[in-house]
Amino acid sequence: MEERRFQPETLAIHAGQIPDAATGARALPIYQTTSFVFDSAEHAASLFNLQTFGNVYSRLSNPTVAALEERVAALEGGRAGLASASGMASEAMALMTLLEQGDHVVAAGALYGGSVSMLAVNLKKLGIETSFVDAGSADAFAAAMRPNTRAVFAESLGNPSLQVLDIAAVADVAHAHGVPLIVDNTVPSPFLCNPIRFGADIVVHSATKYLAGHGTTLGGVIVESGKFPWDNGKFPGMTEPSSGYHGVRFFETFGDFGFTMRARMETLRVYGAALAPTSAWQILQGVETLPLRMERHCRNALAVARYLRDDRRVAWVNYPGLPDHEQHALLARQMREVDGTAGASGLLAFGIRAGAADAGASQAAGVRFIEAAQFMSHLANIGDTRTLIIHPASTTHRQLDAAQQRAAGVLPDMVRMSVGLEHIDDILWDIDQALAQAHA
Amino acid sequence: MPDTITALRRILRDCRTIAVVGVSPDWHRPSHFAAKYLQAHGYRIIPVNPRCDEVLGERCYPSLLEVPDAIDMVDVFRRTDDVLPIARQAIEIKARCLWQQIGVLNLDADRLARAAGLDSVMNRCVKIEHARLFGGLHWAGVNTGVISATRAH
Repeated sequence: MEERRFQPETLAIHAGQIPDAATGARALPIYQTTSFVFDSAEHAASLFNLQTFGNVYSRLSNPTVAALEERVAALEGGRAGLASASGMASEAMALMTLLEQGDHVVAAGALYGGSVSMLAVNLKKLGIETSFVDAGSADAFAAAMRPNTRAVFAESLGNPSLQVLDIAAVADVAHAHGVPLIVDNTVPSPFLCNPIRFGADIVVHSATKYLAGHGTTLGGVIVESGKFPWDNGKFPGMTEPSSGYHGVRFFETFGDFGFTMRARMETLRVYGAALAPTSAWQILQGVETLPLRMERHCRNALAVARYLRDDRRVAWVNYPGLPDHEQHALLARQMREVDGTAGASGLLAFGIRAGAADAGASQAAGVRFIEAAQFMSHLANIGDTRTLIIHPASTTHRQLDAAQQRAAGVLPDMVRMSVGLEHIDDILWDIDQALAQAHA
Repeated sequence: MPDTITALRRILRDCRTIAVVGVSPDWHRPSHFAAKYLQAHGYRIIPVNPRCDEVLGERCYPSLLEVPDAIDMVDVFRRTDDVLPIARQAIEIKARCLWQQIGVLNLDADRLARAAGLDSVMNRCVKIEHARLFGGLHWAGVNTGVISATRAH
C-alpha cells in the first residue's frame, strides 16, 4: 500500500497526536508535570546520553508540547520541530544554536521590529554582526554575504511591510555560500505557505499569531527541513563533539533532525525558554481550525483591501493579495489558493489621505482612525480572531530609528490591520465610520 | 524498498535478533547508540566487529559467518563501498532483512538482497525508525508521519 500523503486540514487535527498510550484519551492530555520518573539508573543514564528517547524534565521535552512540535513540523513539511515560550524565544533558539562570536548574518531589512532588535542589538552584544538588506532583491542578499556569514534570515511575508520574499532565489544565495536560510513564516502560517518547499532550511513561527489564532497564548516553534548539509565544514558545532552536551556529535548521531536535537539539548535546555504544557494545549486548540480560519482571514482581508483601494479617503493600500500588487505573481507562486486566488493572510497596511499634504497630517489622521474604531482593537498582536489595528511607527517599530523604520517598510502614516473573522459587512462598517471620524 | 510505515513496522516486529555489523565499543558513536537502544527495547543484538571481543555485554564476532546463532536482521554500519560482501553473507546465513544505516546506500547490495527474498532497507537508522513507529521519537518533536486513531502500545 502506498503511503498516504495527508492534506493540511487532516494534519492540523491529527499530526503529532494519537490516542494516549496510557489511557486511550482521544483528545490531547495536558501533562502538567515538571519531571518524569526513570525506570532504573540504567534508564536514566541512557536518557541523559540520548541513547533512548523519552522525557526527563519539561524544560527539555514534554508530551503535550511534543504534540505541538510534531504538528507544526508536519504542517510545514519539515523533519522536526522545537517549541519554546514565544516567537521571539524560538527565533533566539534558532539563531543562538547556529551562531557564535565572530559570525555574520545577512537579514532582510523588512522584519518585525523585535527581530531587528535581536539582530542589531542583542546578538551584536555577543559579537555577531548583521547586515540588513532589501528583502526584495536576492542580489542584495548575495552582495552582503561574507566568508564568516553563517545564516540568512528573512520573513516569508514581511510584518508590516507585506514584502513577499522570493524564497527560492534567496535560498539559492544562501546555499551557494553553504549557509542555511531561516524563514519566519508567522504571517502566512503553514497553511498558506511552506517555505521548506522552496528551499528554506529552518522555519520559525510565532505560534501566538495564526497558529493559535485566539489571542490567548504565547508560543513559538522552529522547524528543521532535514535537508541542510551540516557537514559542509562551516558548522563544527553540528559535526564535532559537543562541548555543551558531553561529546555528542549531533549531525552524525541524529542525522536529519540533528539541528533540532542540538537546539533542544544545547540551547533550550540552557536558556530555559520552555513552553508550558497548558500553553501548548491551548495553541493546539487553535491549530485544529487553522485551515478554516486562514481561508476566512484571506477572504475578509481581500474584501477590506478592495474597499480601501476604492475609497477616496484612503491614500494607499498595501495587500499583496490584490491582483494589481507588484508582487502578486510571486505571491501566487508561493502561497496556497483561497477562493481561486493566492491567499495573502489577514495582514494589510494602508495610509489615510489627509487634508494637508504633509506626513504629520496623515499620521495624525491614522491615529484618529485607530481611536475612532468601535470593535477593531487597538493592540500590538496580529493573527487573532478579532480585527486588530495599530500605528507601527509609534508602537511596534518605535525602538527603530527613521532609517531602520524605512528599511522595515514602516511609513510614518502606516496603519497596520490584522483582519479578523467577524462578518465582513461589520468590519467594513467599522472601517467606514472610523474613516469618517478621521476625516472630520 | 519496503519504506512504508506498514512494511517497516512488520520488519521491526518480526526481526528479534539483530547483527550490528561495524558496531563501535565507544559509547558516543551512533552504532553504539543504536545497538544499546535496540537492547533496551527487547532485541537481542549480536555485535560484529573484528576489533572487539565484547560489546554491550554480548560476545562480538569478527564476521557474520562466524556467528553460531540464527540472525533475523543484518544492520550495517559500514561505508557504502563495503556493503556488497556483507549482503552476500546476509543471504548465506539466511537473514530476513538487510538494513543499511543512514548514509549507507549500496544499490547493488540492495538488489542482491531483494533478489534473494530479503527485505532491504537503505539510508535509515533502525533506532530512529523503531522510535518513530513504536513511540519515543515523537517526544523529540520529530515528524513521525504517523496518523492514527489507535493508541500507541
